[in-house]
Amino acid sequence: MPKLKVDGVEVEVPKGATVLQACEAAGKEVPRFCYHDRLSIAGNCRMCLVEIKPGPPKPAASCAMPAGDNMEVFTDSPMVHHARKGVMEMLLINHPLDCPICDQGGECDLQDQAMGYGVASSRYDDVKRAVTEKHMGPLIKTFMTRCIHCTRCVRFMDEIAGVPAIGALGRGEHMEISTLEAGIASELSGNIIDLCPVGALTSKPYAFIARPWELTKTESIDVMDAVGSNIRIDARGPEVLRVLPRLHEDVNEEWISDKTRFAVDGLKRQRLDRAYVRGADGKLKPTSWQAALNVVADKLKATDAAATGVIAGDQTDCETLFAAKSLFHGLGVQNLDCRQDGAKLNGGPRGGYILNAGLAGVEAADRLLLIGCNPRIEAAVFNARIRKRWLAGGFKVGVIGHTGDLTYPAEAIDFDGAADFLEGAERPLTIVGAGALARADGAAILAQARALASVSEDWNGFGVLHTAASRVGGLDLGFLPGEGGLDVAGMLDAAASGALKTVYLLGADELDAAKLADAFVIYQGAIGDAGAHVADVILPGAAYTEKDGTYVNTEGRAQRAMRAVFPPGEGREDWSILRALSGALGAPLPFDDLRQLREAMIAACPALGAIDAQAPGDWGSFGVEGPIDPAPLASGVLNFYMTDPISRASATMAKCMAEFGGKATSERTEAHG
Amino acid sequence: MLKPEDRIFTNLYGAEPWTLEAARKRGDWDGTKDLILKGRDWIVDEMKKSGMRGRGGAGFPTGLKWSFMPKNDDGMPRYLVVNADEGEPGTCKDRDMMRNDPHKLVEGCLLAGVGLGATAGYIYIRGEFKNEADILDAAIAEAYEAGLLGKNACGAGYDFDLYLHRGAGAYICGEETALIESLEGKKGQPRLKPPFPAMAGLYGRPTTVNNVETIAAAPTILRRGATWFSSFGRENNAGTKVFCISGHVNTPCNVEEAMSIPLRELIEKHAGGVRGGWDNLLAVIPGGSSTPILPKSICDDVLMDFDALREAQSGLGTAAVIVMDKSTDVVKAIARLSYFYMHESCGQCTPCREGFGWVHRVMNRMVTGEARMEEIDMLHQVTKEIEGHTICAHGDGGSWPIQGLIRHFRPELERRIRERLGAAAA
Repeated sequence: MPKLKVDGVEVEVPKGATVLQACEAAGKEVPRFCYHDRLSIAGNCRMCLVEIKPGPPKPAASCAMPAGDNMEVFTDSPMVHHARKGVMEMLLINHPLDCPICDQGGECDLQDQAMGYGVASSRYDDVKRAVTEKHMGPLIKTFMTRCIHCTRCVRFMDEIAGVPAIGALGRGEHMEISTLEAGIASELSGNIIDLCPVGALTSKPYAFIARPWELTKTESIDVMDAVGSNIRIDARGPEVLRVLPRLHEDVNEEWISDKTRFAVDGLKRQRLDRAYVRGADGKLKPTSWQAALNVVADKLKATDAAATGVIAGDQTDCETLFAAKSLFHGLGVQNLDCRQDGAKLNGGPRGGYILNAGLAGVEAADRLLLIGCNPRIEAAVFNARIRKRWLAGGFKVGVIGHTGDLTYPAEAIDFDGAADFLEGAERPLTIVGAGALARADGAAILAQARALASVSEDWNGFGVLHTAASRVGGLDLGFLPGEGGLDVAGMLDAAASGALKTVYLLGADELDAAKLADAFVIYQGAIGDAGAHVADVILPGAAYTEKDGTYVNTEGRAQRAMRAVFPPGEGREDWSILRALSGALGAPLPFDDLRQLREAMIAACPALGAIDAQAPGDWGSFGVEGPIDPAPLASGVLNFYMTDPISRASATMAKCMAEFGGKATSERTEAHG
Repeated sequence: MLKPEDRIFTNLYGAEPWTLEAARKRGDWDGTKDLILKGRDWIVDEMKKSGMRGRGGAGFPTGLKWSFMPKNDDGMPRYLVVNADEGEPGTCKDRDMMRNDPHKLVEGCLLAGVGLGATAGYIYIRGEFKNEADILDAAIAEAYEAGLLGKNACGAGYDFDLYLHRGAGAYICGEETALIESLEGKKGQPRLKPPFPAMAGLYGRPTTVNNVETIAAAPTILRRGATWFSSFGRENNAGTKVFCISGHVNTPCNVEEAMSIPLRELIEKHAGGVRGGWDNLLAVIPGGSSTPILPKSICDDVLMDFDALREAQSGLGTAAVIVMDKSTDVVKAIARLSYFYMHESCGQCTPCREGFGWVHRVMNRMVTGEARMEEIDMLHQVTKEIEGHTICAHGDGGSWPIQGLIRHFRPELERRIRERLGAAAA
């Protein structure tokens, strides 16, 4: 623990800390461009120079200098000011004076630090350098003349994303950050926009849309996958303009996937913004809320409970699930299911359907067995954490099933070799993917995974990697077939055969909607997708940015999403639609507002009240032992860019499909290092 | 003047063949086994006592540098790296040594390897040196053939392998950590220090990087003794040194001389004097392009060693003496150097990447007098913003020539601007 003085303030920092960290500990701000906590140290921007005694009579880069005992650091001396002003002048001589038309304006490190260290006029009379734009795909807009060569983007792609698509070409003044004339085929590429300290890399879909000070910022939770990434939703008026990551060390650190960031333009397309009822001519006709609710109520009253089914979608919040379960159980309906993909998970002990060790738990593990899952496309941010663990060394990854390039080496094994693979590991982690569990032999695979997993008092190495944001919440709430009830496949078959008359879809679109053609379908949701196409009544709901809701991620962490904007048109928060429907049915649900609903929900399922808590679940028996089909296991996600109604409606995601389609879905052979 | 028998590089001019046979006749590889058997500590100690300072330019005491290598042997590799990426403008000494006397370097690698406890040595040779690389390659092969390298080298029970690696012609790869990066197959960009190479160098292992001349002189120093070597030159500037004299002299040459020889004597005795006589001298760059220029008034009596030249606000550098007579456009000469430093900046650090382009463009205007008077001071300030603010010494090396020009030739810069203004007014 070195003790040192920073501007006279004595601080003690952990061994291995840098002088920059010591300065921060002493409450001294040190300007920087190239330094970033989560990237390797480059030390090239030279902005963080400080004076250190004893030492040579020149300033040192504080980001790279290890803090030593008895050092005296000066962050405010004439030497430091001279150095920083010099560096700032050098940064600015070739930087265009285009702040008024630059998207980084208002959130630009260079702008901010120029306020502190820049001078009002330039001494540089010569022509400024101009650099040609680089092609980085449909997500990242480049303006390379603004680049200050901090190499954060290069280091991020090399180290965190594991897709070394960016590098520095040339040297000296002519050094250029560039791709090799190809878009960046990584699921995490958008993060370099946040990392870029200037306006060289900006968001292409967000180009020239807004200024940061015009935006309303709402802290929320992402639902594009089951990671539950912490996000900030930036909106102006009724429109969500962009999504940025929020720091959560145990969930997403400070990264988000490209889908999380860029799919939000899907919220503006295909929106269900008023109620519809299918008329006698077979066409959907707009109608009033009351009329639509009456049609639904009449239909539900007229249908036998055994001939009614409810299917919840993958982005449904817990409040809606709880309200729906309360309502339909009250009507005696047993055909409830939240597992659209047919996952063979049924309530059981909680430890049997969450990632018990937590997403961050992989950093404590020394071996990882992936069964039928591809974290790179199912949970891209989690994949970066696996890669981080692999880079730290002493870590092996084995895969049952086919995945392609995960950005770290993985050994292909089968169930017979799995026990040998895990043998000798102290904290092995076994993760089953949603794709494996959705197979006909999913229960047998689950049982096999349970048998393989190492579970002791202080380590539960069993985990399920879900792909649906609503899944753990749905299982926690028991949104499952009741006594004699049908599951999703059963309901679809029964609907096709005519046994199931009325089907209520809660934002459920990932199913074979053709089988519902003969049934009376009520679709409650935000976006016109597969479910709405077959619907007889449409009740316009709210997307995840438009309602307060609880989501439980794949590690069993309950988190609250917050409303950033109101649903468009006549859309309503989903729980309130169900509450209104219960009124139309003449059996009002016992809660009048969200607070009452949450109280009841938490009373029924205490895990949903423990916000942001994560712990291994109860352990017990789950899965059904049986033969496993030798057919190779595959991920449940076929296409990273389009997994849900929002991303399917997104033009940006469609552009990604056009550019990376093949690459993002099938085998990749890029180098990882 | 150095006596012929006190020269280390006896075949500097290639009068005799470079081969092992001829080298042995000149005394190379003589008693190498005994030197090895005297042990690591003895070698390092002898180098310390000799007062040898690194011949690559910075002049760091060689014995001290060798003693930085960790003493404990963890059974893992540790390396000697020889910097043969001779790129400093004006310098051409290593090239002649490798071309005409390669066995001095090969033997030096083995002995330095023992002194460092190194398991292998790498010679990183400048890519343009095709002939030298071929000769060195053949010399290494000869040494292996004769059992002087490899397992049980020289029969002294020490295993040491030596490899030759050709660079690709970037000046910055002569910087020791950039050289290591390049040797590892990466882009040649200097590394942050600490950690220094002695702790974590090539492939993260303890490494010492030395100049060709330093290593090639080691066997002779060890054979003839530290006291012999330190008998030349002034205190703290010991030994003999190969000077490269180029420019406006009658007979440009490489010559080995005792340190601390007066500059005037060096030029007049060995290079046939300045073209047109000593009074026709304008200025000298005493140690390769990075060292600040010295006007004739200083050249008259300055001594050629580390300390004397530092007192004269210049440096010995690689001892590449660039002589300019009065026909020289000194501003244009330095402007050309500013182009070199702009072109060879690796581009990592902001001040060097952005600054040298700026400096070069202002210098170009200084040549024609199109600059403004206040830009002379600005130019000086800009070099001060670069110097000392970068990862490696390229920022310093590119700033010093400009500072030297302004220090000694400011009237010339002002004259050009005034004349230009006068012409414009007329």
